[in-house]
Amino acid sequence: MIRALMWILAAILLGGIVHLSTVLAMPQAAKQDAYLRLMPLTPVNTVVPLAAPTAERAIMPFMDPAFAAAVCRYDLTGGSLKLIAPVSQAYTSVTFYTRKSVAYYAINDRAAGRRTIELDLMTPQQHAEVPEEEDVTAADRLIIESPSTMGLIVLRALAPEPGLMATARGALARATCSIQPAQ
Amino acid sequence: MRLLFGSCFTLLIAAAIGLGATWLTLTRGVAFGSLTIGAWTAWPKSGSVDIDPYARASIARSGELPTGTGDGVAFYAHTDDAGKNFDGRCSFTISGMTPAARYWTVTLYDPDGRLVANAIDRHGFTSEEIVRDNDGRFAITVAPLARPGNWLPTGGIEQFVLVWRLYDTPIGVATRTTKEGPMPAIVRKGCS
Repeated sequence: MIRALMWILAAILLGGIVHLSTVLAMPQAAKQDAYLRLMPLTPVNTVVPLAAPTAERAIMPFMDPAFAAAVCRYDLTGGSLKLIAPVSQAYTSVTFYTRKSVAYYAINDRAAGRRTIELDLMTPQQHAEVPEEEDVTAADRLIIESPSTMGLIVLRALAPEPGLMATARGALARATCSIQPAQ
Repeated sequence: MRLLFGSCFTLLIAAAIGLGATWLTLTRGVAFGSLTIGAWTAWPKSGSVDIDPYARASIARSGELPTGTGDGVAFYAHTDDAGKNFDGRCSFTISGMTPAARYWTVTLYDPDGRLVANAIDRHGFTSEEIVRDNDGRFAITVAPLARPGNWLPTGGIEQFVLVWRLYDTPIGVATRTTKEGPMPAIVRKGCS
């Protein structure tokens, strides 16, 4: 009896380990995460408009159909990245995701407080190499540190009604992201 | 012999428990750090680096990109206020207050997050396009067949999910009470 209980206890403990390790391994093992879905559609370090979701096809699940969206799939190996996004009439946001879809930074047009959202994205090492006086003089320069070398920047512009979708897409079409070669 | 049998049995049970628990938590979703108001539940931490391992795993599996905290917050509803699962063959009324936000959108998806095909190509409403009465209140009818006013078609699918997204909102990780964030009520009206 006691022996059987011991086996069951061992099974439950082992089951717990299996459970935790599969949960933790899932982001590494996922074959269909957002980055992999976007990879064939988006050249690196370029802003690419995303097709609006329809009932037949959507690039990712749970996309908001009221928004025009564009993505810049980035790779900071060659240097830091400059993102310039003009804001649309209604609402524009820029969200930064790691390679594993963790949203580590998001900003909207009002928080940016200007007609364009302008950001420098760099790795912590690249940030450390920025000359100090440059960091201070350009007080309005917004520097974002990316926890991973690769990731996704998603730009979203709201079309408050369907007729304004073209305007929202137009605003995103003028957005750019480009690698700044190190001086 | 007994040892061999015992260890095989243990390994089998362990695999069943472990994988079963993983599957359950990833398909049903877990409640760590969730914010529930009425039938609506949001996971504000999922839009930040404080995202928990379960939410990370479920996002990696589904392939979605969570709404970032500086952008907004997304509330999901799978049931009406009485706790009954959404059925696309029934009609529901959504009405009441929304929390402070610059804009909001409401969207109807199937349980996998796909939009649902319908004759008028409507998948949701934004705070700007919704029709309100003289007092500024609104009511949305979620139903399989056309209704006057704000009709959100279900396409007659068996199960659906509603997502209410608030953009540029103070609602988030720090929100504790329903007073800060009143969410619209969902009432079932009958089935066809």
